[in-house]
Amino acid sequence: MSFDNAYESLLGHEDSHWAFGTGFSDALVGVNREFPAGVDKADLAKYCLMLGDDALIFSQRLSEWCSRAPELEEDIALANIALDLLGQARMLLTRAGEVLDRDEDALAYLRDEREFRNVHLAEIDCGPGPGGDFGTTIARLLVFSSWRLALFSRLRGSADPVLAAVAAKGLKELAYHRDHAAQWTVRLGDGTDESHRRMQAGLERVWPFVDELFATHAVEARLAGVAVDPASLRSEVDGVLEAVLSAAGLTRPADTRAARVAGMAGRDGVHTEAMGYLLAEMQHLHRSLPGAVW
Amino acid sequence: MTTALEVASAVRDPELPVLTLADLGVLREVSEEDGRVVVTITPTYSGCPAIDEMGADLRRSLVGAGYAEVEVRLSLSPAWTTDWISAEGREKLAAAGIAPPSRIGPSVAGPVPLNLVPPSRQVACPQCGSLNTTEISRFGSTACKALRRCNACSEPFEHVKEI
Ligand SMILES: [Zn+2]
Repeated sequence: MSFDNAYESLLGHEDSHWAFGTGFSDALVGVNREFPAGVDKADLAKYCLMLGDDALIFSQRLSEWCSRAPELEEDIALANIALDLLGQARMLLTRAGEVLDRDEDALAYLRDEREFRNVHLAEIDCGPGPGGDFGTTIARLLVFSSWRLALFSRLRGSADPVLAAVAAKGLKELAYHRDHAAQWTVRLGDGTDESHRRMQAGLERVWPFVDELFATHAVEARLAGVAVDPASLRSEVDGVLEAVLSAAGLTRPADTRAARVAGMAGRDGVHTEAMGYLLAEMQHLHRSLPGAVW
Repeated sequence: MTTALEVASAVRDPELPVLTLADLGVLREVSEEDGRVVVTITPTYSGCPAIDEMGADLRRSLVGAGYAEVEVRLSLSPAWTTDWISAEGREKLAAAGIAPPSRIGPSVAGPVPLNLVPPSRQVACPQCGSLNTTEISRFGSTACKALRRCNACSEPFEHVKEI
């Protein structure tokens, strides 16, 4: 054992006990992955990318808070939530990859910005860096998890067995994420003047990105029975957000919509300026050292 | 030679080593097909990093017990729930100072109810048995555990949270 290399000395040349490192296998190994009859596989792959990219990109954003959150417990909470979402992303990207003949790593690390299909809410920079704030991150988590929870509760009935199983599995995780965000929203909104002001400012920051969540994309419209029409989620999600904001003494921001490019947004591969920086960081290692594992 | 089921049932969970995979309820099925052992397991959480370790540990144990060909399959559906942790597993958790989860019953269709305050579950302190305990954080050292503190004996402890 050499102490020149800290990792080597920790591993002792035997890495089989490292749960968090090497040897991640295919996220859907052994799962029954037959495609339902009559489903357009190319559309199914696009839909899996949409839902997978939402989780992957938001997971990356949440991970940025690790060691930067207001308290240790919150570092752990946000990292746990990020891990759940990363797990959902792995299964969804693997499903898409079966059609596209690319594995989850190729899809996560080797696609360019225009090929990502996540909503803008997942990618915007809410901190911990300059201009961001914990209140903004909680506002985003509240909106995102309320929306995704409503979506997954319907996706459980998808005609695609993999989507239905991913949704049934992810549903309980998302319920924890939403409750966590809701409880923080109440704690901050109903806390001090300072915490109230910052929580309200967080809501104002993310609200322009809410509308996109409920816009039906052509792929979703074509995949009736497999995909969930996000427009159908609006009243349920509005009701949840209303309940949280009212308990927190916060005001629902006016409905404004973030600018789009020729009517296109994240689902079409058109992203905000923040996305390029995010991908540069997320993809850097894999692109510098192709095939790297850790 | 012990049966493949006995070998697989005795493999320990990498994150909760006081439990076997059978105690945890992630071991779905062990069968032998043409001299090949097929083990089906289920992940606890979507992002559970231990799932690959479980597969590797199962393979290692079965090969060590003389089964040359081992295949580990993953089953996502029906989704794992803490209700599948066995009665024996619950006793082992409590003995190790980890509060076991309460029973939650089958999941229902339709919207998931919102909890604006942490649910006031009665979780007994694994040290002194007091029910006067408080949740410190819903998220603990691993995805499956929350952190709590006992107000009677002041000890912090982990709780396998209901899912
Ligand atoms: Zn106690």
